[in-house]
Amino acid sequence: MKTIYLAIPMVCLIASIVAGLFGKKIGRKGAHTVTIGGVAIAFILSMVVYLDVRQGNLFNGALYNWAISGGVAMQIGFLIDQLTATMMVVVTFVSLMVHIYTIGYMHDDPGYQRFFCYISLFTFAMLMLVMSNNFLQLFFGWEAVGLVSYLLIGFWYEKDTAIFANMKAFLVNRVGDFGFLLGLAAVLYVFGSLDYATVFSAADGAQDQTLISIFGEWNWITVICLLLFVGAMGKSAQVPLHVWLPDSMEGPTPISALIHAATMVTAGIFLVARMSPLFELSETALSVVLVIGATTAIFMALIGLVQNDIKRVVAYSTLSQLGYMTVALGVSAYEVAIFHLGTHAFFKALLFLGAGSVIIAMHHEQDMRKMGGLRAIMPITYVTCFIGSLALAGIPPFAGFFSKDAIIESVHFSDIWGSSYAYIAVVLGVFVTAFYSFRLMFMTFHGNNRADDHTRQHLDESPAVVTWPLILLAIPSVIAGFLFFEPVLSGSYFGDSIYVKPEHDVVAALYEVYHGKHGVGLIFTAILHGMMAPPFWLALAGIGFAWYCYCKNTELPGKIYNALGPISRIVENKYGFDEFYQKVFSGGSLALGRFLSKHADAGLIDGIIVNGTARTVRMFSGMMREGQTGKTFHYAFAIIIGLFALVTIFVWAR
Amino acid sequence: MISLSHYLVLGAILFGISVVGIFLNRKNVVILLMSIELLLLAVNMNFVAFSRYLDDTAGQVFVFFILTVAAAEAAIGLAILIVLFRSRRTINVEELDSLKG
Repeated sequence: MKTIYLAIPMVCLIASIVAGLFGKKIGRKGAHTVTIGGVAIAFILSMVVYLDVRQGNLFNGALYNWAISGGVAMQIGFLIDQLTATMMVVVTFVSLMVHIYTIGYMHDDPGYQRFFCYISLFTFAMLMLVMSNNFLQLFFGWEAVGLVSYLLIGFWYEKDTAIFANMKAFLVNRVGDFGFLLGLAAVLYVFGSLDYATVFSAADGAQDQTLISIFGEWNWITVICLLLFVGAMGKSAQVPLHVWLPDSMEGPTPISALIHAATMVTAGIFLVARMSPLFELSETALSVVLVIGATTAIFMALIGLVQNDIKRVVAYSTLSQLGYMTVALGVSAYEVAIFHLGTHAFFKALLFLGAGSVIIAMHHEQDMRKMGGLRAIMPITYVTCFIGSLALAGIPPFAGFFSKDAIIESVHFSDIWGSSYAYIAVVLGVFVTAFYSFRLMFMTFHGNNRADDHTRQHLDESPAVVTWPLILLAIPSVIAGFLFFEPVLSGSYFGDSIYVKPEHDVVAALYEVYHGKHGVGLIFTAILHGMMAPPFWLALAGIGFAWYCYCKNTELPGKIYNALGPISRIVENKYGFDEFYQKVFSGGSLALGRFLSKHADAGLIDGIIVNGTARTVRMFSGMMREGQTGKTFHYAFAIIIGLFALVTIFVWAR
Repeated sequence: MISLSHYLVLGAILFGISVVGIFLNRKNVVILLMSIELLLLAVNMNFVAFSRYLDDTAGQVFVFFILTVAAAEAAIGLAILIVLFRSRRTINVEELDSLKG
């Protein structure tokens, strides 16, 4: 099995290298054949591993000693358990779909081979991240996915906005990664090891260690968790480090689906779930996670209401859904968070790819105000997107219903600090989610076509390489809930890979409630229960309201927008985060840089140290020059004076 | 009776005259050379005086050496002077300041 574990990331890496270095030689066809082949092998092997893990064959071990320094072994190693196997399957499956889809989407792009090289490299990095058995390799994967994300957001490097966006993504992630790195340092300091198993088993004993700092006394575990969560906030785009994700839509759509919806942005969720033995020990950290997640979930969803760019709506939806997952982490429902991560990966990748399919048809027009009525022209895209939207809105029996309902109910059962705020946020979020996702559907696919004549004449359904991934992603978006709901809730699915303290175990409480009722299967209980609960009705109301606003009475949205006045402007300005960061951090850094360049560099270093030395030398030499008159008798005088001085000294020294 | 100190005073006076001659002279290189000769003679005076006082002829031997060197130096000095005059058309000390920094 070890060979298989190693082979899974390696085939992706090799495929990426081949496509990257020999892209010219093997051509477009060669590039996509080799990378798709690589990812397909990775997917099949991941399935093998997954089934093996379901049989109970876990693995934890180092494969290679990279370096040993000061008693700390830095190893390349794999930890294969239920959590990892799930992530591997999700990552490789979505990646495979996106690879295939890319053939259609990037068909005319001159950077075809480069693109395949990057996404294969991304798959490799993401696999290294999820399969890691130690913090260092996790950090390697973490940074590598960040790098590929940077490269891909700026894939069209001639576009100024793309360069701005990738710089922004990189810098914001740097803030998160800095926290993450400090977290690793703290782990190493407290536990003296970077190995998961060692750290987790020592976590209980380290509970009472405190850090005394200028900010008072802190529990080390809390400090570690908060620092690691800062990293997760950067990668998973949680408020206030979310600003990079909407801008990342400047990249090609396939990567928005793969990296910025399904996999990389969920790395933060994965991280916290993986660190569950640590987070469980710190209620403070959990509350912070919960509040940040809830804030992201509701407030980012609201921004989605006023966006007109089709990809940005989906991007804000992703932010909001990541908020839901974070909320689940905050109430210790790690299993549910990962469950939602999986279902979300399917339906959000589906929605993104669907949006991409629309964008292809519209000749790279992304403004929804210029779309409409595409239902008849693009039936496959329409139906699959509809399934995705239903799943996103949380309508039973689609996958999103189960995972989202489980999150909401978990929050309901939790009594951790902040859970009532989070409950309100996630419940209201359901209405907003349903509204914006169906606003997108109705604006794009229903009503009259608002495109210009030229575009309208060329409208057509996308090619098979685009539609097949949509269909293949639509399948799990429908059935994933059925398949995994019961095992996830009962706790049998994740086994020991996730640790929850008994008093935090809301999922078990939820299972008790569903299990005992009605005498029918758990799934039907959940559906029945869901249909009687407010979230379901809020979702339906959201859909209905969207239908009324965008199909029936199209004047209404504008009226509401105007009626709300300042509130809608605040939402439209995304609460001013961008302006604030732009002014305070970017502007501040620029001002600081200017100040330093003027005063520190030009003034201190150049002025005083470099030129100052020269000036001083020149000043003194000028003074000395005065003595060098060139006149013999002056020198003679100097000699005599010197002679007298020496003689005097000798005489007096006696 | 003329004592040792008289000779030493004479030597010091000669030495002082020659030193003053070297750096108060602003005009002529020849006077400079003459002042140097006088400087050496002042030293010779001391040598002879001490030689007699200490009854040691080594001092007088030294005087001969110095006289020889002084003669050679005067010859070379005058030769340089002539070359200098040929190239610069002057022997005014004030104007000979090529070493000025």
